[in-house]
Amino acid sequence: MSQHTIVIPTKDKLFNLEPLLTRTPGNILTWIILAVGLVVTVIRFTMGIGSVANLDDNWPWGLWIGFDLLCGVCLAAGGYFTTVACYVMGMKHFHSAVRPAVTTAFLGYAFVVVALLYDLGHPWRLPYMFFFPGTTSVLFEVGLCVATYVTVLFIEFSVAPMEWLSCKFPWLLKYRKLVIRATILLTIFGVTLSTLHQSSLGSLYLIAPEKLHPLWYSPFMPMFFFVSSMAAGASMVIFEGMFAHKGVHDYMDETHLREADCVVLSFAKAGSFILFAYFMLKFIDMLVQANIPYLFSGYGAWWLLEMFGFVLLPALLYAKGSRDGNVKLCRIASVNAVAGIVLNRFNVSMIAFNYQLPPSDGYFPSIGEICISVFVVTLIVTAYRFIVYNMPVLYEHPDFKGEEH
Amino acid sequence: MNRRKFLTILGSAGVASTLGTAATATKAEAGHVFPYYDESYGVLHDTTRCIGCRRCEEACQKVNDLPKPDKSFDDLSVTATRRRTSADAWTVVNKYEVDGKPFFRKLQCFHCNDPACASACFAKCFRKLPNGAVVYEGSQCVGCRYCMIACPFYVPGFEYDEALDPLVQKCTFCEPRLQEGKLPGCVEACPMDALTFGRRSDLIRIARARISENPGKYVNYIYGEHDAGGTAWMVLAPAVDGKGAKVEQNPIDAGHTMKQLGLNTHLGTQPMGELTYGALGAVPMIVAFWPVLFGGAYAITKRREAMAKQAQDAAVNEARQDVAVAVDAAVRKLEETEGPGAADRARRAMTEALKAREAETAHARHGEEN
Repeated sequence: MSQHTIVIPTKDKLFNLEPLLTRTPGNILTWIILAVGLVVTVIRFTMGIGSVANLDDNWPWGLWIGFDLLCGVCLAAGGYFTTVACYVMGMKHFHSAVRPAVTTAFLGYAFVVVALLYDLGHPWRLPYMFFFPGTTSVLFEVGLCVATYVTVLFIEFSVAPMEWLSCKFPWLLKYRKLVIRATILLTIFGVTLSTLHQSSLGSLYLIAPEKLHPLWYSPFMPMFFFVSSMAAGASMVIFEGMFAHKGVHDYMDETHLREADCVVLSFAKAGSFILFAYFMLKFIDMLVQANIPYLFSGYGAWWLLEMFGFVLLPALLYAKGSRDGNVKLCRIASVNAVAGIVLNRFNVSMIAFNYQLPPSDGYFPSIGEICISVFVVTLIVTAYRFIVYNMPVLYEHPDFKGEEH
Repeated sequence: MNRRKFLTILGSAGVASTLGTAATATKAEAGHVFPYYDESYGVLHDTTRCIGCRRCEEACQKVNDLPKPDKSFDDLSVTATRRRTSADAWTVVNKYEVDGKPFFRKLQCFHCNDPACASACFAKCFRKLPNGAVVYEGSQCVGCRYCMIACPFYVPGFEYDEALDPLVQKCTFCEPRLQEGKLPGCVEACPMDALTFGRRSDLIRIARARISENPGKYVNYIYGEHDAGGTAWMVLAPAVDGKGAKVEQNPIDAGHTMKQLGLNTHLGTQPMGELTYGALGAVPMIVAFWPVLFGGAYAITKRREAMAKQAQDAAVNEARQDVAVAVDAAVRKLEETEGPGAADRARRAMTEALKAREAETAHARHGEEN
């Protein structure tokens, strides 16, 4: 039924901007956030980081790194997770989930880079890491992998805009064919790069054992970050799908709608397994490092809350939901799991970081920092909406229907 | 002139000459020493001598052209607050209570033998020089501030209020002055001889001599000798206890005193950067193995799909043949009983029915694939 309402862009009417420009409460809120964000952006780049952020010498990294970078990259893990499941493991019934996942992953990474520019003292010098490569630095590995992976994601994602624009620029079809032929190559390249930089985001903190609380510091942080990114990938596909069904339901075709529930249940099952494994890894690590005495402190209670309320609980909810075929429960679990991932990254980068400093030297993000983070998230959502309204992401383009790839 | 003063002067006199040799050594790429930092310079800070006069802070501000602080250097009350180094103040002196008695300690860059900041920098802004100084070159700094995360001593400061060219700032060991054969500004200004400049190996010998010659005065621990892989600037801490007789001879006990002086003895003896080398070493492994692993998984998937298709085709063929044999037998029987005309009609009807069915299944399969 919904198939008939999808507006397929044609040569004469290439853009479908109406849903972004009509005066709905959501759009008005978007405009306000974007306007405020632009003002803060101007302040940031004309008056310095100190004018908008609460960062100081004890807290060189705050919300922009803890949320925009660490959470942004982790929550964009749906891209590699879905492509590997579909193309490498041959789970073809996830095919309709691939494009939305790749789209959000590409947007996530692209805007991680955008957000990073706010945090860097010399944003235009970002490419310097290639001219003066500090190969002993974990950050170099992160930068190299993220730069390469953004490129890979751009190529993977480019199929959708090429299908959209091919009605006006037919020469794009040649490149589209080339990219589709390289799908498996790009997928394997993507998962390798993802493994590297998801884990190396954890490795960033290996150099500061005296600053990060022992319950979170571990030589195995790279592994924890990678394993939890897999859980984040599975959870984000369910989480985003939930909002997509609310907001852009009209742009989904029959195949997408038919496969959607199966995708939710299967990803919930995978998420359950991964979260259980993650829980065990963290728990064993805590025992091996003889950290039990720390459990009887404020930080210990916080750690237990994270582990039981935001790792084990979503794992159980996922298990129950996928077993009972309860899509709604799986969605609730995905909210819980995503919150847990964010909480973990906040703990590592902010809450359990600098735990030995007196409370007077604490850090809480400023209004300006929060504005920029909200601004970036709104940009991602707006870009996603634009793409979904115009490009074949949630539906198959009629010109390319039934093609095997 | 006592022995300490003599050594200080000896050390400073040696700066110019040794810098010359260090330069030749690098040029000729000969004369490697191990460990390489033994012959480099350092400073020993004796906290039992420091009186918190802030002359070192003043000298640092002057020789480095740093902005003047709001409160003048004569105001000694600021030492009671817990201050740290920043972009504008490369060294600060703070007061600490050690077992109830006040002591002062000077903070500045420790000039690690294997600096965490240099290991963490992804644009190679930091260098450990043969003369012992850890220097920073801002012209290629991206401003990521990972060096500040990495530094175990909370030393580097960042110019957050600079809009266009914000840089990291920290003590340079007065590298330009060392080049000229002068002492670092703070060392020169210290009226109490609390800072001793010299070769690192000599400083360790001096520190040990002070500890053994003055029983009960120092804890038996030279902070920075091994901490975080060893540092060029080292600290001697006072031994204080109520009775005044007990000496903390066990280095492990010194942690208690060091902690009160704001020094962390839990950094370990490895350079901080080494903690990341295991993870970085795994990178080539993943680059090598992941494509093989996932390529293999892909091949298995493809093979499995091909096998499933083969099995399905075989089953369909078999079923079709079974049907054909049965139909043939039936038609023959028809031919015997009803005559050849009826058999022909039956054959025609059969072929038509098969064709129609094939078309139907083909259509269904096509629909399934979509």
